[in-house]
Amino acid sequence: MNRPSTFTCFEDDHRQWYDLFSRGARDWLRHNEKISKAVRDKLPELIADAEVLGAGDTTVKVPVRFMEHFRFRLRPSDEQSGVGQGEVKPGDKLGKPAPSDQAGGKGAGGSGEGGYELLLEFKIDDIVDWLWEELKLPNLQPKPGSAVDDELTREGWNRRGARSRLDRRRSMKEAIKRRLVDVNGPAFVNDDLRYRQLTRKPQPATKAVVFFAMDVSSSMRDRDRQLAKTFFFWVIQGLRRQYRHIEPVFVAHTVKAWEFDEREFFEVRGSGGTVASSAFEKVDQIISERYDPSRYNVYLFYASDGENFRDDHDAANDSLGRIARVANYLGYVETPASADRALQTETARIFNAVQEGGAAASSFALIDNDSVWDAIRAFFTEQAKETVS
Amino acid sequence: MVQALEQIGLQLEELAGSQGLDYYPIHFEEVSQNFMTEIAVYGLPVRMPHWSFGVRYIYQLVQHRMGHSRLFEVVFPGNPGCAYLARGNSIPENTLVIAHVLGHADFSKHNILFKRSQEEIGYRIVELAANHAQRISAAIDEHGQGRVEQVLDAALALEAHVDTFKGVHRELYPTHSAETRRSDDAFARRYRELPGEDNGLTEAVKPKRKMPIPPIPEHDLLWFIANYAPEMDGWERDIFLAVREESFYFYPVFACQIMNEGWACYWHARLLREADFLSQGDYIDAIKTHSDVVRPHAADSQVALAPNPYHLGFCIWEKIIEEQGIESAFEIRCNDDDFSFIRNYLTRELADELNLFEYTVRRDGSVEVIETDIDGLRDMILASKYNFGAPVVSVRQVDPDGTLHLAHDYASDGRGLDLRRTERVLEYVHRVWRRDVRLETTDLRGAKRTLRVPA
Repeated sequence: MNRPSTFTCFEDDHRQWYDLFSRGARDWLRHNEKISKAVRDKLPELIADAEVLGAGDTTVKVPVRFMEHFRFRLRPSDEQSGVGQGEVKPGDKLGKPAPSDQAGGKGAGGSGEGGYELLLEFKIDDIVDWLWEELKLPNLQPKPGSAVDDELTREGWNRRGARSRLDRRRSMKEAIKRRLVDVNGPAFVNDDLRYRQLTRKPQPATKAVVFFAMDVSSSMRDRDRQLAKTFFFWVIQGLRRQYRHIEPVFVAHTVKAWEFDEREFFEVRGSGGTVASSAFEKVDQIISERYDPSRYNVYLFYASDGENFRDDHDAANDSLGRIARVANYLGYVETPASADRALQTETARIFNAVQEGGAAASSFALIDNDSVWDAIRAFFTEQAKETVS
Repeated sequence: MVQALEQIGLQLEELAGSQGLDYYPIHFEEVSQNFMTEIAVYGLPVRMPHWSFGVRYIYQLVQHRMGHSRLFEVVFPGNPGCAYLARGNSIPENTLVIAHVLGHADFSKHNILFKRSQEEIGYRIVELAANHAQRISAAIDEHGQGRVEQVLDAALALEAHVDTFKGVHRELYPTHSAETRRSDDAFARRYRELPGEDNGLTEAVKPKRKMPIPPIPEHDLLWFIANYAPEMDGWERDIFLAVREESFYFYPVFACQIMNEGWACYWHARLLREADFLSQGDYIDAIKTHSDVVRPHAADSQVALAPNPYHLGFCIWEKIIEEQGIESAFEIRCNDDDFSFIRNYLTRELADELNLFEYTVRRDGSVEVIETDIDGLRDMILASKYNFGAPVVSVRQVDPDGTLHLAHDYASDGRGLDLRRTERVLEYVHRVWRRDVRLETTDLRGAKRTLRVPA
């Protein structure tokens, strides 16, 4: 005779505790952690493919496949076969086989996995961190140099001052010193009091204005804009590490130039030719109206396919030269019609001239997603070097 | 619920005993659906953490939500056995489930594969696995998640590569061959005088000889690596052996699935039929659940491309009992596994009755039904079960510099390995073996091919 069995029931509070520490969920999170790491190893693709620059978005979403835990498996055979059940006769043709969840089995490990995709979300700050590590860049310091901010800092003590700045420890020391000499003197006299003093000290400015100028004439294709947009996005993320406060300004131009807000900037479409000087004039004008170069670090990034009216050469040279005198950095991003003529264009020559004149400037060609990564790497590396030297 | 279950359980057990079922006592526990899902994913109620279980867990959740599967019960053999019932089962459902569990419990107490593995691992798989999980958690605390994961990646990938015939507890290989003394009786002397024998070359005493490692190809990869890896830490070997013990537990579950499920289904149907204490309504509800579970994967007029093991096993058992009586059924449940069960008792007539057919999938994805030959049919049902469902891979040699030579037995499958996956597994192994790892196999064109890690 069999001994009788016993019955119990998982208590309710027990169960809640259990659900909180679900092992399945724990191992699932671990899987996601690993996959994030794997994604991180493919940083260039992540950066080029990420659908970025939603206003104020701090994350990007990346679709990934589940990881597979590998086992020894047989090669899939060319002619799959199997056993089915149903009323058929030899020679009958049936529909396509649905992936069955009967395949595999316990101990042998799950098979038939795949097919589901996971949307991973990454913090942009994290990505920039990885970028920094990947490029082995030093932590950037605020730039000393042209732009300077006055900042009040504490420096020394004074016998007079506001009550709120009374340094009690210091005053006490003064009193003790005095009483060493004059043993029977009063505990405190006015002369013992010390006040903290403030002075104005010039500090490297931690504010920056970044001009993104783009040629929106009809010769700029959607792909060109997309590449420029991706580059601009990562540039501003990188500069954010360097400056406490950054103001982006967006200027689009054809034969004339206009200032836009961020969203409009990437959607605006113009027609007609390209006069680069119009954009440079506009930038110059905005600088002198709103951004005093002695208080702001000025950056200009200009994206174009490189075509510019021949007649505009001198005017563009001239206006860009004026910006170069006050700017920390000029970046030129070219999205050339063909890869072999990259950076051989009229606009590239204008930037070259400015660079030869001694300004900090660089030119980048954006041909495909990979070159976006190259351009970002070149830009950051250059910036880091400059800061360190 | 618990009182109601106790009531039903008592009556069902009395009935089962009188019908000849014999089993260790079972501890039944009602648990949340999520717990059930996890048991299905991990194979055990508490098991070591590994990210691959997380992936399976999510698949299971998605499938569950899409209504592909519902779990009623999971049962673990042992003394006492452990059965988990899903919260949310109705009373008639649980009646069926308890009867079903009694069938499983009887099977696992008597089937030879179960008996052997139970004897070896000690009738307490649930506690044993929980113990492993705890040791591995402690290892994570001590050595870091990354390092433990590296070991588990390799050990779990080789999960199916154990040699159940050699047993859980094995002696290490002898380092030297035994000293053999030439026997000197009259027969031996006459034998030596035969032409071509001896010629006076062998000495009277064959000295001890150093034996190679392994002396013969070794199929228990987990055991071999745990014992002969040149640079593994103790705790790493411990993890390998823990995974191996669990594999020994899983083997009979895997190798007797059709028989075991069929047996349990036969018994729940029979016990319900004879349970006069059930109300008419409860009986009908329970039998409805039975016919939802024990039926071909496709409904009547449709065609399924895989047979339902519950239904297949159930039908074979019914046939056996109808033709040979219950006593020989009891005997078969002791001595067979799925291989002999299908080969011996899935007859031509039964296959036709069940409308089983063979098919091939053409390149364009269309499925064509082909002429059914019973041997081919049996082989195909069993195809995924050979060698614990894994390709046959053995250790052939370890070089003096520690290089591990593995070989895949192409003749056993005639299909060859998926090379991309194989290479990744070798990478896992290399991380714990810490010397070069090679695997010899045969490629598409039948030529020998050696995979190397590091390349």
